[in-house]
Amino acid sequence: METIEEKAKQIFDVHAIRADFPILSATVNGKPLVYFDNGATSQKPKLVIDSIVNYYSNTNSNIHRGVHHLSQLATDAYEVARSKVSHFINAKSSSEIVFTKGTTEAINLVAQTWGRNYLKPGDEIVVTAMEHHANIVPWQMVCEQTGAVLKVIPMDLNGELILEEAEKIIGLRTRMLAMMHVSNALGTINPVEKVMEMARKVGALILLDGAQAVPHFKVDVQALDCDFYVFSSHKMFGPSGVGILYGKERILAEIPPYQGGGDMIKTVTFEKTTYNDAPFKFEAGTPNIEGGIALGAAIDYINEMNHDEVLNYENSLLHYGTEALLNIDGVRIIGQAVQKVPVISFSIDGLHPYDVGFILDKQGIAVRTGHHCAQPVMDFFKVPGTIRASFAFYNTIEEIDSMISAIHLAKKMLK
Amino acid sequence: MSIAAKEAEIVEEFEMFEDWTEKYEYLIDLGRALPLIDEGLKTEEYLIKGCQSQVWLNAELKEGKVFYKADSDAQIPKGIVSLLVRVLSDESPNEIVKTELSFIDQIGLKEHLSPTRSNGLVSMVKQMKLYALAFQS
Repeated sequence: METIEEKAKQIFDVHAIRADFPILSATVNGKPLVYFDNGATSQKPKLVIDSIVNYYSNTNSNIHRGVHHLSQLATDAYEVARSKVSHFINAKSSSEIVFTKGTTEAINLVAQTWGRNYLKPGDEIVVTAMEHHANIVPWQMVCEQTGAVLKVIPMDLNGELILEEAEKIIGLRTRMLAMMHVSNALGTINPVEKVMEMARKVGALILLDGAQAVPHFKVDVQALDCDFYVFSSHKMFGPSGVGILYGKERILAEIPPYQGGGDMIKTVTFEKTTYNDAPFKFEAGTPNIEGGIALGAAIDYINEMNHDEVLNYENSLLHYGTEALLNIDGVRIIGQAVQKVPVISFSIDGLHPYDVGFILDKQGIAVRTGHHCAQPVMDFFKVPGTIRASFAFYNTIEEIDSMISAIHLAKKMLK
Repeated sequence: MSIAAKEAEIVEEFEMFEDWTEKYEYLIDLGRALPLIDEGLKTEEYLIKGCQSQVWLNAELKEGKVFYKADSDAQIPKGIVSLLVRVLSDESPNEIVKTELSFIDQIGLKEHLSPTRSNGLVSMVKQMKLYALAFQS
């Protein structure tokens, strides 16, 4: 029988892909970089880096309403990028795509426009026990402002949501179900369809945080039929400072603007201002133009790949890494859901994640340690934090082997 | 022994090591000899902010000299705080307040000095000086 290792090598020419990412040939502390912090931010292919250089070398100009040549070029490029995003998640139209500065801003936007205007005292917002702080705090803030109440769907010790509890929590007072599609701290792919069905029955709106989903698998917002879908460019091989809020056209048309300023208006007088249509009414001020365009380049890059191959390859990394880690004495995997993206959070008995992360870094291995902006998750598993190795399609079995031997050294030094 | 003499002693000890693993193993060993803060004082009040691990610090004034006790739930920060405690304990508040520590850089642990580094060495030194400052008045 083939080993996982052999299988991974067969299905995917990872070395050709690695050549597209300049930073992957870097050395850290004299060792080849092993980059396993993709859950925090991914690396960028040359295509994306070049698109930023190209924008500033050939196109730079402010977008929208410029009559001159460069302004039109920049506007076209920015709007082409919006259309690429729209196709990428299969939105009905580009007008459903709002550029934000990231997932966090996208969630805050919904909380402060829809939430602040429509929530009433006693209304309920439902999140899950595994949320990132970015999908907790904006809702807590709007709860304080409106008297709405935050409810939490619990999870079990595998890091899977308890659906029977979700049934009890989602009810007639639920106005919004805001949940992560994939957990950043645990890797769990949530059964969003099942939970969304409960929310739809009671007429609640649905926001999915897809920041950890879009880097790993194809997302179709029409098939999901969620009202909002949010994600960040920088976790999907694009630049930082750009995020996406997808919203159904009908809902975006209804909810009031977010920030006031240029670009979001139709007419301004001192007596009365009328607002532009969506998505522009949510995009006040000059945006991150090159960032949006470079996100388009990242989407081009992803589209060139065979999604099934990527999925298989990433799964082989996940399984190989999980088995290898479990072979180390004292390793406990935090998050053992059946459906996972290649994210492995773990702890080692008696060792602090910080110490382990530090000694791995000395060996060129970049992992994340700490609470991963999900303190309630750490409290639930009763750990001060975890060590998280999060893989992307450019990582290799050999890199996992390097991490494993680095962990052995860390254990030896720290015991 | 003066602060400078203790610093020089540490620099000399660390010169024996050729690679980073030996150096950090020694640092971790030093952490085991740290005078420990009372368990009851491991509270928010004694916690040093800005560390990814928890580091607690307390100080007492005895006959005009400051004595520090500390602890951490992680071993590398514990080693680092133990070096600081060794250098600054049993000194007068005046000496502690005016000292500019240079040994961290000299023993090749400079990476811990960046103010944004999550182990908070800079915060540790600041907190130790604040204790000394409070004892001065």
